Amino acid sequence: MNLDPNETEQAFRTEVRAFVEQSLPDDIRQTVLNGRELGKDDYLRWQRILHQRGWGAPGWPKAFGGTGWTALQKHIFDEETTTAGAPGQVAFGLHMVAPVIMAFGTPEQQQRFLPRILTGEDWWCQGYSEPGSGSDLASLKMRATLSPDGKNYVLNGQKTWNTLGQHADWIFCLVRTNTEGRQQAGISFVLVDMKSPGITVRPIIMLDGGHEINDVFFDNVIVPVSDRIGEENRGWSYAKFLLGHERTGLALIGQSKRALKRLKMIAKFEQANGKPLVEDQRFRDRMARAEIDLTALDITMMLLLSVDESKPLGPEVSMLKIRGTEILQVLTELTMQACGHAALASLPQALKPGWEGVPIGHIYTPPVAGWYFNMRKLSIFGGSNEIQKNIISQMILGL
Amino acid sequence: MNLNLSDEQLALKETLRRFVAKDYSFKTRHDIIHSEEGISAAHWAQFAELGLLALPFAEAHGGLGGNAVDTMLVMEAIGSGLMVEPYLATVVLAGGLVQDAGTEAQKNALLPNIADGSLRMAFAHYEPGGRYEMSQVSLRAERLADGYALDGVKTFVLHGAQAAKLVVSAQDGAGLSMFIVDSEADGVSVRGYVTQDNLRAAEITFNAVKVGAAALLGAAGDAEPAILRALDAANAALCAEAVGAMDALNQATLEYLKTRKQFGVAIGSFQALQHRMVDMFTAATQARSMAILASIRVASGTTEERRWACAAAKVLVSESARLVGQQAVQLHGGMGVTDELSVSHYFKRLTCICASFGDADYHLDYVSSRLLAA
Repeated sequence: MNLDPNETEQAFRTEVRAFVEQSLPDDIRQTVLNGRELGKDDYLRWQRILHQRGWGAPGWPKAFGGTGWTALQKHIFDEETTTAGAPGQVAFGLHMVAPVIMAFGTPEQQQRFLPRILTGEDWWCQGYSEPGSGSDLASLKMRATLSPDGKNYVLNGQKTWNTLGQHADWIFCLVRTNTEGRQQAGISFVLVDMKSPGITVRPIIMLDGGHEINDVFFDNVIVPVSDRIGEENRGWSYAKFLLGHERTGLALIGQSKRALKRLKMIAKFEQANGKPLVEDQRFRDRMARAEIDLTALDITMMLLLSVDESKPLGPEVSMLKIRGTEILQVLTELTMQACGHAALASLPQALKPGWEGVPIGHIYTPPVAGWYFNMRKLSIFGGSNEIQKNIISQMILGL
Repeated sequence: MNLNLSDEQLALKETLRRFVAKDYSFKTRHDIIHSEEGISAAHWAQFAELGLLALPFAEAHGGLGGNAVDTMLVMEAIGSGLMVEPYLATVVLAGGLVQDAGTEAQKNALLPNIADGSLRMAFAHYEPGGRYEMSQVSLRAERLADGYALDGVKTFVLHGAQAAKLVVSAQDGAGLSMFIVDSEADGVSVRGYVTQDNLRAAEITFNAVKVGAAALLGAAGDAEPAILRALDAANAALCAEAVGAMDALNQATLEYLKTRKQFGVAIGSFQALQHRMVDMFTAATQARSMAILASIRVASGTTEERRWACAAAKVLVSESARLVGQQAVQLHGGMGVTDELSVSHYFKRLTCICASFGDADYHLDYVSSRLLAA
């Protein structure tokens, strides 16, 4: 056993690092590193740059225009781009709907949708949760009824916790096509054009004042049956397929490394009793614990990536999600704590890219409280951490 | 990067698994811990036969040329089987110090005997009042015309009463030094005792103990780096042992949750207990990752990497061990606090691992201090 990167790994890391250094637009880097608001155009510009380099879809096989990278390469790519201040690639198209289209879509659907995800022409969002169906997702009620000629579905209902749908061109939805029998067996997976008549997007403002989620209402929205993925009433199994598909899940290791680096910087800069905060033993110990926890998760990830790649990871990903989200949440909390009183000032204007006013505190202070508040979502979304524990309990422990 | 075990290591792991399953039952252990000496000569001979005692030493000295990743596998098995033999004291600590700091003559004289099982050794380092601090050594080595005279007291000498030779740290005029001392030498008095987890340790008093010049291990006044390396190796080994114990304990607890019935159902059907079990499982997984990191760094890291990894691993492993140990007892209910079930024995061993060779606070202090330097 050793942790030293071999030549190929080292060369790959160097290549990614050099590329990001050279190609990531400085204004985007500044927006990310200063914790300011990213706009749709920022995400798209970065996606186009990656696509031009041939790296638009790190998780895809080559046959679909992806990189064909190994899990380890993807991890290195994620770590390098994230720590350098690149925005995350929007996951809903690349990592969520695309693998489902590849596995269960028709060749026609694959040709129609996948290239436009790669180039960023189509922005996808997710229609899973409903007001009455959160953790108990299979209880979802949004109806898709067949039109009399059998050519279209008519969608009626509401989706919620829809992330960045205000930018989206398409939404993939789980809809109810059968109300009889087991509720999991009456769900279908459909792709819906966001420009379809009858769709209304209503913002949900989050606790930090940001607009990143929405309610989406469907009022007699017509969807061609040909835009259904796979078979009718088999949508639940396609949705579950995603669970095992993403090996790295929501471990957020790159983000946490970036957060820790930033926290170390802040703790040297902030003063406590006339000395840098990092000299305060109580605070420093908290940082040290977070650093240890992150290291353990990082090695756990490496160990999972060492497992034969043809073996899909399943429930192990749940553990990465739990620990990864908990660790990043602790880091956001420590960062806010590090900033003391100054973190309490609410300066929404200071979160805009390019703002050059005078902050309360330091240049890094304005986003820290909102960041802490916002990141409480981590342990709730993507299957709450309690649901993840249920998954581990059932699928690994057999309880 | 390669985090897969080699074929030889996988074979070793399997051998160890079978050894524990076949030859080290809970009943066997019961008899061993209640024997006079507290360790089993027969099992020690098996350790030697299996090559475990030769594992980390150079082939030139009767060893197999392995490293800390190999000893990690042995320690993990020791943890899972709750084995009480002096592997840490003899092979990792004292043997490691001889291999690290010894002259060719010393290595030739000692390591082949450790490897074949005929010589048990221990490391006498900690002193009363010094707690975990590695540099708190006040035992004096006074220079004589033909050697040294040692005066002082060593405490928590793991398996000190089961060792024929001791590596003793001491202050001589030049600074911190180490000496190899016969346990039977005049002036050495050994007070052996049983520890809470049924291992053995000793408090050893040195009263004008005369040793020859050739007893000096390593350069005079220059022992600190070697001692730091040995203590790091010991902590990496203890982390591996704790991981083995946690895995066994989690397995036993999981089994209990599936079979114990209350209110007409298996108690594992209760979500409060399921989530606790998931926390224990997660803690053990994270601990395993850190134990592996520590062993890799002991085997091939820079000084800085090694010290950080071993300290960080001990922090996380201790916290995980505390959670797993306490909750395994809790989930076993009344049975968990009895002597007859192995659960309480695992719990006690884990507790003692956490409290030896530096506790979590002690090691956190090091990790934390590195934030000032960075």
